[in-house]
Amino acid sequence: MDALPELLQTAQAAIAGTGDLAALDQARVRYLGKKGVLTERLKELGKLPAEERRQAGQAINEAKQALETALAARKIELEAAALDARLAHEAIDVTLPGRGQRPGGYHPVSRTLARIEALFARIGFTVAEGPEVEDDFRNFEALNIPPHHPARAMHDTFYFDAHTLLRTHTSPVQIRVMEQQAPPVRIIAPGRVYRCDSDVTHSPMFHQVEGLLVDEDVSFADLKGVLDDFLRCFFERDLAVRFRPSYFPFTEPSAEVDIQCVICGGDGCRVCKHSGWLEVLGCGMVHPAVFEKVGIDSERYTGYAFGMGVERLTMLRYGVNDLRLFFDNDLRFLRQFQ
Amino acid sequence: MKVSEQWLREWVDPPLSSNELAAQLTMAGLEVDRVEPAAPPFEKVVVGRVIALMQHPDADRLRVATVDIGQAEPLQIVCGAPNVAVGMCAPTALIGAALPNGLDIKKSKLRGVESQGMLCSAKELGLAESSDGLLPLPANSRPGQNVRELLALDDSIIEIELTPNRGDCLGMEGIAREVAALNRCEFRSLPADEVPATLNDVFPVTLLDPADGPRYVGRVIRGVNPAAETPLWMKERLRRAGVRSLGPLVDVTNYVMLELGQPLHAFDLGRLTGGIEVRRARPGDRLELLNGVVIEPDTETLLIADHHGPLALAGIMGGEISSCTDATRDVFLESAFFTPASIAGRARRYGLQTDSSYRFERGVDPQLQRRAAERATQLLIDMAGGQPGPIIEAVSPEHLPAEPAIRLRPDRLNKLLGMAVPVAQVEDILRRLGMAVSIEVDHWLVVPSSSRFDIALEVDLIEEIIRVYGYDRAPGNRPLTRLEMPLQPEGQIRLARLRETLVQRGFQEAITYSFVDPDFQQWLDPEREPLALANPISADLAVMRTSLWPGLLKALIHNQKRQQTRVRLFEHGLNFIPEGGALRQESYIGGVIAGSALPEQWSVPVRPADFFDLKADVEALLALTGEPEAFAFVAVVHPALHPGQSARIERAGSPVGWLGTLHPRIARELDVEGDACVFELRLAGVQPARRPTFGELSRFPASRRDLAIVVDERVTAQAVQDVIRQRGGDLLREVWLFDVYRGKGIAEGRKSLAFGLNLQDFSRNLTDHVVEDAVSGILAGLAEQFGATLRI
Repeated sequence: MDALPELLQTAQAAIAGTGDLAALDQARVRYLGKKGVLTERLKELGKLPAEERRQAGQAINEAKQALETALAARKIELEAAALDARLAHEAIDVTLPGRGQRPGGYHPVSRTLARIEALFARIGFTVAEGPEVEDDFRNFEALNIPPHHPARAMHDTFYFDAHTLLRTHTSPVQIRVMEQQAPPVRIIAPGRVYRCDSDVTHSPMFHQVEGLLVDEDVSFADLKGVLDDFLRCFFERDLAVRFRPSYFPFTEPSAEVDIQCVICGGDGCRVCKHSGWLEVLGCGMVHPAVFEKVGIDSERYTGYAFGMGVERLTMLRYGVNDLRLFFDNDLRFLRQFQ
Repeated sequence: MKVSEQWLREWVDPPLSSNELAAQLTMAGLEVDRVEPAAPPFEKVVVGRVIALMQHPDADRLRVATVDIGQAEPLQIVCGAPNVAVGMCAPTALIGAALPNGLDIKKSKLRGVESQGMLCSAKELGLAESSDGLLPLPANSRPGQNVRELLALDDSIIEIELTPNRGDCLGMEGIAREVAALNRCEFRSLPADEVPATLNDVFPVTLLDPADGPRYVGRVIRGVNPAAETPLWMKERLRRAGVRSLGPLVDVTNYVMLELGQPLHAFDLGRLTGGIEVRRARPGDRLELLNGVVIEPDTETLLIADHHGPLALAGIMGGEISSCTDATRDVFLESAFFTPASIAGRARRYGLQTDSSYRFERGVDPQLQRRAAERATQLLIDMAGGQPGPIIEAVSPEHLPAEPAIRLRPDRLNKLLGMAVPVAQVEDILRRLGMAVSIEVDHWLVVPSSSRFDIALEVDLIEEIIRVYGYDRAPGNRPLTRLEMPLQPEGQIRLARLRETLVQRGFQEAITYSFVDPDFQQWLDPEREPLALANPISADLAVMRTSLWPGLLKALIHNQKRQQTRVRLFEHGLNFIPEGGALRQESYIGGVIAGSALPEQWSVPVRPADFFDLKADVEALLALTGEPEAFAFVAVVHPALHPGQSARIERAGSPVGWLGTLHPRIARELDVEGDACVFELRLAGVQPARRPTFGELSRFPASRRDLAIVVDERVTAQAVQDVIRQRGGDLLREVWLFDVYRGKGIAEGRKSLAFGLNLQDFSRNLTDHVVEDAVSGILAGLAEQFGATLRI
């Protein structure tokens, strides 16, 4: 029979040499099991003289403890190794694409509309809507454009009959809102509009956003302020803005608003026709004749209105060079605005 | 309006460059579209006088000219122009000249004869679109003089896009007045000399409709030389304004129109009968216009007639029968005022747009007629001789436009502009614009000039003031206001959320035209008569859509033709649905899918998208309402859809939309590749949402049972599930279908549906006994309703 220290040494070596948890368990049974080597030794303690028994028992127990420690340590090692092996086996190519549906995206015109709406919503404008098949009264007459007015020639109008047409601008929404609501009025009206004109720079359908603010003491200076801010926020640029006298039958004074060309920075290019300026908006102070049509006292209230072409702003913002792309709905185009 | 800068500067000469002047006009509301040179660049072209001419020895159509160019030695030039003649002066391009058409003049031989330059036509100098011979220069021109100098070609043409309110600027005088006002500089008016009558001849004029035509000035001029030539300077001015020269009579009327803004007309006096009547058309009136078109004017139309019949469409176009010809010697000149309302819209009604109608529609100064007639008489006599009679004027003063006296209140001015314009500036600006300003106690009284039809109200004056003072001098204020918090109804799904859901599920948003191809419309919605446009832009965009499908399918086809095999598109917008004589314009959201269910990828087998793929997308939208169980998909046939794969979507029994596979016959008709599935929802039907309300959570464990039952094919899953719910009672928390099986073990014509059931109580643990009871109740119900059996 080996001396205990040798036995312990052999056992520790055996434990350290185990390659997996099963072998480790076998080693445990061999030394510490019911018939294990150390267990047998304990059973034989009784055969020893009483004075040696105590000391020998203590030695065996110490050895047993040492082996248990070694087993536990080896177990941790083996488990870690097993996990490592499993993980190594489970490694994947993380560069493979994810599984399932891929998100789509919004139309660029919608994207611009959403930005415009968000900017004006922050300063208290709410969104108003109106029908697209509109009556002659709200599209023209109530906006101070009587029959045969030369301004009508500038609106190539789609008609259904003498009184019904496709709205040529979002301005009739102004009328609808003021018919319904007493001042103060603070709205924007985004939507589709139609002109009977189709070529490289004209689409028979396009989008506008109309704005209208009516209250006591609204001035031309207020109009300038709000549009100045809007254009700088929309283009996220501190660009030059100029107001140029113009004519709309439903506003007086009227202005067209130009921005410094966003393509060339004002140096002159093809897009701005070498003028350095781009026309982006029409606006003005609501004409008293319009207030009269909707029964608002133009002595007490004043207001401003503005209208902008959404496709034009979208083209300038994203560099789109062909208006017709907006309505082809070519996925190769649409996906660029995801 | 094309403005020759040289011509303008004869009236008013501000110390500004061409570009500065253009910028100033633009910023004053007369938008300059472009500034272009009056003639393209060329050099070394001088006046040459043909002093001898002989036939080219070897070419029938060429002649050899000896040309004096003011040098000791004349040049020998070969010329093919038909009008070359001894004594004429013509532009002569010298050796080394580079002409605008790209021709470089070199010494050369033409059929063996040396040519030392070239005699030029107007076209060769870039002064005309076409020419049929040399450009004749005045016979008294000095040989050798630079032609650019002689014709004053170093001029700019300022093209102004006038807004419809500025009829007063449709003549040089109006623009000059504006420029003078803007620059506070001197304005040289035309001499307003009367041309004394040398004849007593008059021709009677009667105003039968003075409300429409309140002033008519006429004049007889006899003995005009029909062979006279329009002088070059006038031809050049007409050319720079974009008007063709058509002989002295027409040229003079056009010239005075460009100069003063007054349209004029010259009748052949010999072809007039009795006298002039300015009247409305009568039934039976017929008129052949100068352009050869014969019209039968309606009784709204104002005519110039004689005692025989109509002569001209007043203010729009003359008639053939009374027009001047090459032989006309006696002329009746018309210079009239017609009200804008009497002309507006009339020209367009007859498909016409003339320089004259354009001006009358916008307003011609009602005080201008006599001056214009005098001016035209003078020019005509200077050019073509003739004897003028006295001015004939018929006028109805009470029908002339009233000259309004407009009250302008300083506080209103400052309040509307949001700034204070100095009082002195206000008065100065208005006066510079030709308005009479008188100062009252607390306001000004302003009478605008008779040429300004656009000024009738106080705001019109305010605009004039800020326009001249400078829009850029108005400050920009940020809004200062009382804000009211608007309601955000929670019981309404925002459109943005519906759209976002589709985008997250792989849809790309489309925007298609609201007018569609009538064939598409007919195939996809044959039961409705769409609203048709009276004047569509093209035959394939002629009717208003009643459904989003025509546009979406067109977009699908567009993409399929461009190798996009997998398409998921959605759109929202109005449909235009005629209903019982009225039109319902209502918002819808719809979509189309085609191609594979998922993007082609590495670990998912490729499978074509079908009804149920799109149904999942629709269900995702309906789930936003918080009560998806309120919706039912009912098998109903739709003409555009596969009859066995078509569902009407109902909410609490009312239809809110459709879902289905496009009918294969229509797919073939439209050229759609493979199957396409479509849906459409009425927004008002899906936007109302249930506001969430809290429900207690059970503390007791749930118990799951699976039931596979066998029913006839015609029994729908929905019907089975409804019975399960109904029979399951309060304990049944959830029920879901997880398998459908046909084939081995199931009789032909039957199918197995497998449902998962979750049962749970709020007050106790469920015992097997209780669960079994509930399940048996469900099975009994299914057996009773559908003859369903449990699958073994």
